[in-house]
Amino acid sequence: MSERESAEREVAARPSRTFHNGPAAAAVLAAGVGCAALGIYTFLAESSLAVASFMELSKAVGPLSGKTVFAVLTWLIAWGILHTIWRSRNVNFNAIFVLTLVLVGVGFLLTFPPVFLLFAPEE
Amino acid sequence: MSLTDRELWTTIHGMALGAAFLLAFTGGLAGLYGLRHEWLTHRGLLADLRRLVAGTWIMAILAWLTVIVGTWIVYPWYRAEPPVGKEVDLTQYPRSYLLENPDLAAWHNFGMEWKEHVAWLSPILATAVAYVVLRYGLRLSEAPEVRRAMIVLFTLAFIAAGVAGLFGALITKAAPVF
Repeated sequence: MSERESAEREVAARPSRTFHNGPAAAAVLAAGVGCAALGIYTFLAESSLAVASFMELSKAVGPLSGKTVFAVLTWLIAWGILHTIWRSRNVNFNAIFVLTLVLVGVGFLLTFPPVFLLFAPEE
Repeated sequence: MSLTDRELWTTIHGMALGAAFLLAFTGGLAGLYGLRHEWLTHRGLLADLRRLVAGTWIMAILAWLTVIVGTWIVYPWYRAEPPVGKEVDLTQYPRSYLLENPDLAAWHNFGMEWKEHVAWLSPILATAVAYVVLRYGLRLSEAPEVRRAMIVLFTLAFIAAGVAGLFGALITKAAPVF
């Protein structure tokens, strides 16, 4: 038996699993939500002293502590919800991915200082 | 030769964890790009897959460790305020040192402000890629749209980490944490 035939038998012997792209779409879209959340929290904390103060979970780290902790929580919650909804489904992956890229773009844009500092209150 | 605690942690943050992440990216990207049925035998795919799963998870973990160490251990030293009313050596307080010097202030106002935020996009994106690679395994080679999406997210994770790493190195040169 050739090496290829042997490898093909190994793969064929595995239990067949129906391909659902839902879990992949959930992971991808949730990552986009997490990135956008970080951007939005950064923007809000830079725009409002009250929000910045609320975000200061650690005095040593400052508002960055809250922005990152809340963004990670938002990402995980979004992932949990999306995964629960889509885990056995096929979704329009390309559309989900385009939406994800928009959300990641929001994350990059709102964490870019020339953008978020435009809205910073005067010190 | 000896390192202070601060030098040790900044070295772990920037030169060990961060640099390892950036260096490992090429391997992960090549693995994702090459996960195609038409290019490899099944045995070849299986061998590549094991390396890819390990590589993407190692990268995701490195990214998390880098941002956690950077934010919660190194950053407080960087942003510490000098005591009021005392004459102090501002080089011990990197953020204040940069802001006091108009020629250097942009390193904080642009460089550190960008770095401290954008770095956190990297572990989120890298974790999504690692999860999808682990969950789908070889079946990823049958779903080109998902595989391509992973390559894009992986590259975005690298860009975010690259920006953070570049500014980290430059800011450390201008105002080291020691």
